[in-house]
Amino acid sequence: MAQFDQNDDGVVVIIGSGAGGGTLGNELAQKGVKVVILEAGPRNEIQDFVNDEWESFAQLAWTDMRVASGSWRVAKDFPNLPAWIVKSVGGSTVHWAGASLRFDEHEFKVASAYGGIKGANLLDWPITKADLDPWYAKAEDKMGVTRTNGIPGLPGNNNEKVMEAGARKLGYKDFSTGRMAINSQPRDDRGSCQQIGFCFQGCKSGAKWSTLYTEIPKGEATGNLEVRPNSHVARIEHDAGGKVTGVVYFDEAGKTQRQKARVVAVAGNSIESPRLLLNSASNLFPDGLANSSGQVGKNYMRHVTGSVYAAFDKSVHMYRGTTMAGIVRDEARNDPARGFVGGYEMETISLGLPFMAAFLNPGAWGRPFTAAMENYPRMAGMWLVGEDMPQETNRITLDKEGKDKFGLPVANVHYDDHPNDVAMRTHAYKQGTALYEAVGAIQTYPTTPYPSTHNLGTNRMSEKPRDGVVNAFGQAHDIKNLFVSDGSQFTTSAACNPTLTIVALAIRQADHIAGRMSRREI
Amino acid sequence: MREVDPRSRYSRRFVLKAAAVSVPVAAVAGTAISEAWAEGGALQPATLKTLVKAARDIYPHDFLADTYYIAAVTPWNEKAAADPAVKALLEDGVKRLDAAAQAAHGKPYAQVAWEADRVVLLRGIEDTPFFRKLRGDLVVALYNQKELWPKFGYEGASAEKGGYIHRGFDDIDWLPKA
Ligand SMILES: Cc1cc2nc3c(=O)[nH]c(=O)nc-3n(C[C@H](O)[C@H](O)[C@H](O)COP(=O)(O)OP(=O)(O)OC[C@H]3O[C@@H](n4cnc5c(N)ncnc54)[C@H](O)[C@@H]3O)c2cc1C
Ligand code: SF4
Repeated sequence: MAQFDQNDDGVVVIIGSGAGGGTLGNELAQKGVKVVILEAGPRNEIQDFVNDEWESFAQLAWTDMRVASGSWRVAKDFPNLPAWIVKSVGGSTVHWAGASLRFDEHEFKVASAYGGIKGANLLDWPITKADLDPWYAKAEDKMGVTRTNGIPGLPGNNNEKVMEAGARKLGYKDFSTGRMAINSQPRDDRGSCQQIGFCFQGCKSGAKWSTLYTEIPKGEATGNLEVRPNSHVARIEHDAGGKVTGVVYFDEAGKTQRQKARVVAVAGNSIESPRLLLNSASNLFPDGLANSSGQVGKNYMRHVTGSVYAAFDKSVHMYRGTTMAGIVRDEARNDPARGFVGGYEMETISLGLPFMAAFLNPGAWGRPFTAAMENYPRMAGMWLVGEDMPQETNRITLDKEGKDKFGLPVANVHYDDHPNDVAMRTHAYKQGTALYEAVGAIQTYPTTPYPSTHNLGTNRMSEKPRDGVVNAFGQAHDIKNLFVSDGSQFTTSAACNPTLTIVALAIRQADHIAGRMSRREI
Repeated sequence: MREVDPRSRYSRRFVLKAAAVSVPVAAVAGTAISEAWAEGGALQPATLKTLVKAARDIYPHDFLADTYYIAAVTPWNEKAAADPAVKALLEDGVKRLDAAAQAAHGKPYAQVAWEADRVVLLRGIEDTPFFRKLRGDLVVALYNQKELWPKFGYEGASAEKGGYIHRGFDDIDWLPKA
């Protein structure tokens, strides 16, 4: 495995090893570019994963201090856990459930498609669906997405069968076990899904794509990629001319280290990436790096989410098998006649008993709550995920008081629902409830959003430098050798889960960076 | 469909050991629980017993024996020993709960006969740090006990059993035919 000198200023330094960073690192390494990935978390491998929700959470989740504010309920119930993100090699692709859908065409140009929406900072992406489609195809092939590339769909589990039966009764047409980055048959030296049911805790069979055991070892095998775990980047440095020159990070022992770089790519997920840019403020860039637009940290999106659980008089055992391999797409279209713009997906979800207790209705107690818990084996569940409106006031800022163990200001995550978000969630709860009632649900539980798993938009792409932080290739408008490579590039959130798009953008970005490096433009 | 046998596959002794409480095996096996678990910690025995009562009132499951609530409550003994602030929060909280019970019913909380009456007392302190601590800790300490999972039809870890691919991931048999 490669080991690069800290004074080697020819390397590309990538911050974060998740969907964006892990993919970019491998893609560049395959093209012969030397890469150092700095990852704040430790390296837990498949054999380390545990089928136990709280134990796994303690092992993998980002639990360093964060602060939540705003009128969203998460700020009240989980004031220091606004988001559920992984801090471990592989990033949140260790936790993720594998749902892999492409955006619709209109979702790249919602400012045009939706018109002016009061309070929403809508903007068209600087790229179109047609621009991204070839890269989507590469991403689907890389990740082994079912129902693409001739890969069969996964078999439906009990939870999916309930959802599918309800969808049929309701007259929905577009439902299946989804497009999942989970092997339905052996592929890419990984086996097929064993229906273990702990997709959120790290897939112990390796059937689910994660950069941890696909991109990263492949990149390492080229001899061009070094991954340094337990390396928390504190700030990005630059020269007098405004080009970035390297990063300062804390190693496992808490000692300060410095890695020089030719190019720096930020991929710490949409809370840490803007935090890092803001914490890198200097005399030359007093508002933070890449922030001449003032948009760094703004337009934080987390999808309109919510869940509906339903109890039946007979058993479901929803926890058996894949967590999210069931998707209804009928409500994903943009149909303002429903009272809101944008659309949403319905996707199966299940939580184990410990997480169900914590998240079904945070703060609830007494007989109504315990009666619901006693229905656990008879429950089916769906997650609702839809497009939320970007708002300038929904943003990541540096908290005035909170400091992490290195003394760095922590992120404050502020979020208020937009009226469009509220209208969409209300509609989604109604439809989810109707779906389950159509197959005999005796109780339904509209469940409040969990801490954010989809964190987007805080370093958004824009055509014009004044509207956003990066250009169509994720390159900072202000600094030509600084890139953003994660979900924070998203101009708008679209309805579907983000990771396929993050991976497609990273593959495309690698092509761009390698090309510019070989042409000596950066 | 393959149903889940609600009988615990773990001995009660194991549960209580996990909670770092020593209990005579006979007491565990029988219905009457020895009071020994409540002795010898940082918290008063009476405080611990009141906390067990409150724990059941907060998350009442009639099919759960007291041992599960005891196992959920006893970790506070260690936390109280390690942190005087926790000790004060719990001791003072119970004192105030008892005072409220005395005022309303002329007896301490644990002796108020009806759950509904005790719940009214808990509602009265719902927004206090004491209650928030109780509820917030209990929701993990109670439901994260592996031994009670089968009683809720949850099977826990499955990877070492080969997942559910041959163990009923798709065995639902009561849905309307497509
Ligand atoms: C439970 C769960 C289920 C999900 N299911 C799905 C799904 O089905 N479909 C889907 O599309 N998406 C899903 N997601 C979302 C998906 O995981 C994320 O969208 C995706 O992983 C984000 O990629 P990223 O590169 O932006 O960040 P991440 O994958 O989160 O990677 C960021 C990495 O950067 C590291 N890092 C952060 N700051 C620093 C620093 N300062 N120095 C060094 N390292 C740093 C972090 O430790 C982390 O490892 C799910 C997420 C969760 C939590
Ligand atoms: S259900 Fe399938 S994808 Fe999910 S953890 Fe198990 S084997 Fe992996």
